[in-house]
Amino acid sequence: MTDTTGFYDLVVNGERRQVRDSWVGESLLYVLRERLGLMGSKGACEQGECGSCTVLLDDEAVCSCLVLGASAVGSDVVTIEGLAPHGAPTDVQLAFVEHGAVQCGFCTPGLVVAVHHLLERNPDPSAIETREALSGNICRCTGYGRIFAAVETVVALRKGAGK
Amino acid sequence: MSVYMPTTVDQAVALLAQNPGACLLTGGTDTMVEVNFNHLKPGTVIGLRLVSSLREYTITPQLIQIGAGVPYARMETGPLAEALPALAAAARTVGSPQIRAAGTLGGNLGTCSPAGDGLPVLAALDAVVNLRSPRGIRGVPFQDFMVGVKRNSRVSDELIESVSIAPTSGYQDYAKVGVRNAMVISVASVCLVHDRHTASVRVALGAVGPTIIRAREAEAWLATQVDASTSLPPDEAVAIEFARRVAAEARPIDDHRSTADYRRHAIQTLTRRLYLRSTK
Amino acid sequence: MKNSSTTTRSQSREVLGTSALRPDGVAKTQGDFAFSSDFQAENMLWGATLRSPHPHARIVSIDPTDAWRIPGVETIIFADDVPGQATYGLIASDQPVFAQNVVRYMGEPIAAVAADHPETCRRALAAIKIVYEELPVLFDMDLAIDPSTPPIHPDGNVFRHQRIISGDPDIVGDVIVEGTYDIGMQDQAFLGLEAALAYPDPGGAGVELVVATQWLHEDRKQIADCLGMAPEKVRLVLGGVGGAFGAREDISLQVHTCLLALRTGRPVKVQYSREESFFGHVHRHPGRIHLRHHADRNGKLLKVEGWMKLDGGAYASTSSAVLLNGITHLQGPYACDNSRLEAWATRTNNPPCGAMRGFGVVQACFAHEGQMDKLAVALGLSPVEVRLRNAMKTGDKLFTGQVVDSVAPVARCIRETDAIPLPAEPAYGTGSLELPGGSGRTSDPSHIRRGIGWGVSIKNLMYSEGFDDSAEARCTLADGVATLKFATAEVGQGFVVLAQQIARTILGVDTVVLDAIDTQIGSAGSTSASRQTWMSGGAVDGACRLVRERLFEQVAHVHNLNPLQLAVEGTDIVDTLGPLRVPVSEASKGLRIEETFLHRHRPTEELDENGQGNCHVAFAFVAHRAVVDVDTELGLVKVVQIATAQDVGQVLNPLTLLGQIEGGIAQGLGLAVMEEIVVDRGVVKNPSFTDYLLPTALDAPDVVAIPIEEYEPLAPLGAKGVGEPPCISVTPAIVAAIRNATGRDITRTPVRPQDICLPT
Repeated sequence: MTDTTGFYDLVVNGERRQVRDSWVGESLLYVLRERLGLMGSKGACEQGECGSCTVLLDDEAVCSCLVLGASAVGSDVVTIEGLAPHGAPTDVQLAFVEHGAVQCGFCTPGLVVAVHHLLERNPDPSAIETREALSGNICRCTGYGRIFAAVETVVALRKGAGK
Repeated sequence: MSVYMPTTVDQAVALLAQNPGACLLTGGTDTMVEVNFNHLKPGTVIGLRLVSSLREYTITPQLIQIGAGVPYARMETGPLAEALPALAAAARTVGSPQIRAAGTLGGNLGTCSPAGDGLPVLAALDAVVNLRSPRGIRGVPFQDFMVGVKRNSRVSDELIESVSIAPTSGYQDYAKVGVRNAMVISVASVCLVHDRHTASVRVALGAVGPTIIRAREAEAWLATQVDASTSLPPDEAVAIEFARRVAAEARPIDDHRSTADYRRHAIQTLTRRLYLRSTK
Repeated sequence: MKNSSTTTRSQSREVLGTSALRPDGVAKTQGDFAFSSDFQAENMLWGATLRSPHPHARIVSIDPTDAWRIPGVETIIFADDVPGQATYGLIASDQPVFAQNVVRYMGEPIAAVAADHPETCRRALAAIKIVYEELPVLFDMDLAIDPSTPPIHPDGNVFRHQRIISGDPDIVGDVIVEGTYDIGMQDQAFLGLEAALAYPDPGGAGVELVVATQWLHEDRKQIADCLGMAPEKVRLVLGGVGGAFGAREDISLQVHTCLLALRTGRPVKVQYSREESFFGHVHRHPGRIHLRHHADRNGKLLKVEGWMKLDGGAYASTSSAVLLNGITHLQGPYACDNSRLEAWATRTNNPPCGAMRGFGVVQACFAHEGQMDKLAVALGLSPVEVRLRNAMKTGDKLFTGQVVDSVAPVARCIRETDAIPLPAEPAYGTGSLELPGGSGRTSDPSHIRRGIGWGVSIKNLMYSEGFDDSAEARCTLADGVATLKFATAEVGQGFVVLAQQIARTILGVDTVVLDAIDTQIGSAGSTSASRQTWMSGGAVDGACRLVRERLFEQVAHVHNLNPLQLAVEGTDIVDTLGPLRVPVSEASKGLRIEETFLHRHRPTEELDENGQGNCHVAFAFVAHRAVVDVDTELGLVKVVQIATAQDVGQVLNPLTLLGQIEGGIAQGLGLAVMEEIVVDRGVVKNPSFTDYLLPTALDAPDVVAIPIEEYEPLAPLGAKGVGEPPCISVTPAIVAAIRNATGRDITRTPVRPQDICLPT
């Protein structure tokens, strides 16, 4: 059993990270950003209604603003910074850029995590499946059209590569 | 101020006994909003995410038992969805995929918001809420569990462990009106369960009263009109009158999400549609 | 963090006209781009703002004693701590930095704290004791206009009253249609919340502020005034901007953050929550518009008369300019000579309203397009035909007397939109996510009716009414690399890629480095009013051309040629009259050529008392056709398809153009069917993303977009601004489609379920 007060360790992107002197109410999003310096996850609503803070918690895509930081002990956390191990953009990231799915970019990290998670589970989603899977990620700039185009491209490229 | 992360129910119950009034946290999808919006200052927190037994469910011909920590995502498809299609339909309308990966029935029950999507399903299925404390397990029928807006009959040392549902035989479905095609809080919702075993049609309403409302008078009326031990008749007139009577039992209010008139209208419309869907 | 890099790929030359990729794109996908909320500093404090819970109240007393006692609290500041001007504002300086004796809207700032942790700040705010005496709430526009209503501000309750009278205002048409239209209060709802980090200079002599804004220099001017400092003591750096849409044109946290930093001598970061953001920035004006359209038997418009009322809320912001835009666009994209129009922008205790994408024209368009549909019905014409018969063209005169000398392909926009194939008839299964109601499984296919509706609009580009608008840019060419410097706020629209494309095209370079966007150069003006492609694009173009001239002089000198016969072709300098061909990289080796260019558009003038005057710079046009499926019994709507043809001038980047079009359409869809800040007697009821609903991926329609590409001779690059038009006429098109599906005379937007299915 773990008794976590303001001091606990998290496993983030495969690394054990120390959290010290924290306030009990800090969300995982706050801890990632302000304590661990991982600024890639974005906060835009603090209530799980925008998806900008999406991370993988034990392989599930969740809103990190709704995870109590201290409750993430014992779990694997993967953030946008941990998606591409050596800093090279993933196929999803490249497709987002090349298809104009990025404008202001604030929703982008969360969407990229959500798209990776979707394609991990469903390598060939239908258009409506993609829309449903991304319905928790609000984008205010693009109207989503270019995001769908990016997803379709990745699906097609991966299929081609698998042949 | 501490955060405890027990791994067994016994540990969790013991911790709760030692820390009366501790904040129980499962998916965090309600509690963390309260914290983030400065409405709740958590003191002692007992996080239940690592209690693996809470994340299990069992399905037998006699009883379906769903751990309080099973996330909605696991109700959308698979054995639970086959056993309880209404729960699957409700689960699919909960928040976003991210919320459904985290949110649980236990959380819905703990918060007891009238707009909680899982709750009308529990009400219509006559679910029993199993509460665990150092004194043992107490089974509370859902109707006695939710007692008001965000109020339930759990006492402070009790842990919501699971819900028990007797399997039904017949159509069941859940429909919810929101002003967006996904990720939306219920403006009005209806769960309809037809059970041939008990020859009953049960209807529960969400977001149209301080609690989930079972339309018992309308259910009783319908029992005088149709034989629920077999297929329900596709009788439009019955459907319309039933829907009218169900809507009469709603107690909606005007607020920033909708109006009382619209909510009542939506309940009536959804009930009629669900009844007719059940006859197909 | 990598907010500007050179480029992402270089298979083909990313010049003007190509779908060049954003230089910040990869960094944004990797979470490696620094938004204003991503900055941190050593020894940094957090700041937070105390806001009024009441829409109108007298502040009887303030007692911060308990707050000061909280460990970690470093400072608490109030109105008396503002060293310079006590108020600010874009047009009229009427808004207090902190309320002194009275609060005039819910959420008005009263104090700010700086402390060691955001939670400490929250506790400190809660510990400040304020006694209020609530005052009667002025929430009604008509009461605000009524001269007998006591003023809630020394400047009075009307921000602006304007009329337009043109031609024969007494003419009467064969056909007259009349309607009253209501528009709800929309929020820009950018995702990147307000955030800033202020660094005080040693001794408090100055301050540097990293902030997400639309207009660095205007912010600086207002901040400096309030700080009582010379503008050069205030340095602004653009933090990454997570969308803007008008909401970052006004001051929000800028002055507070600087004050806290100067007071404590430490860096201070302020970051709004979503709830605070709803109170911290201005919104789109809600309004009511009454119009009467007169036409002859052939459907030719004879006169438009009526009135418009926009509620500006508690403080002026840009209300007077929004009102001008509103009234001057009530005509729509239709030729007509005669008018009698009157408009008011009111001050109330509702939330302050100001700029949002479309800036007054969204409201006007909702009304005039409703009228055109009524006219079509009255005349027995199709919605397309009545619009074609009146479509404005270049050379037509507006109600203001201004001649439209822009390219004006209104008829073409309508015809090309009309030619876009309609979507397939619905073939849904029960419970399909594509049905109205989506995941709620509310609708069966048999409940659905399909509707089609139209909207066409005109939008002015750039600022109006004599505003001295300019944009500055600097270009430095050295060793084949161009470096651009400008203060143009990149808010997501893609100016950073456009600037690179311009430099590559003009100078024949491949590598274009973008310098930091800050106040270390002259103003670029605001990223608003669809103006940056024209204004900052013109400035970058001008600076690059000056550099090229000097490069040509160098090359001509070396080769003993006339510089006028040199040209850039690809990445080479060529002699148009001879064999010389030198790569730019070679020609610029060892050189450093730097030029600065200030671009101005032609002057405009103020309207006279009858609304006459050349007040606008230029115009763009667009047509939208909406196809919707409506569950008429439950009042739920799914927007199936938006077809659009938009007048864009020269296409500079097809990819970013499409992004603007699709994004604007989604925002217009939001206003049509879901987005509204619900205000009840000054109290905001839904300041969160749970209750202020934005379109999701399941709400987005299929968009079929056709750019109408006609070179605009007035524009420096031949290109019109494209940001605002997409969100303007799509709203009336969707509402018209709902009317078409339901047969209901719906006159307000957003359309709520009860507006569709309950008795009115």
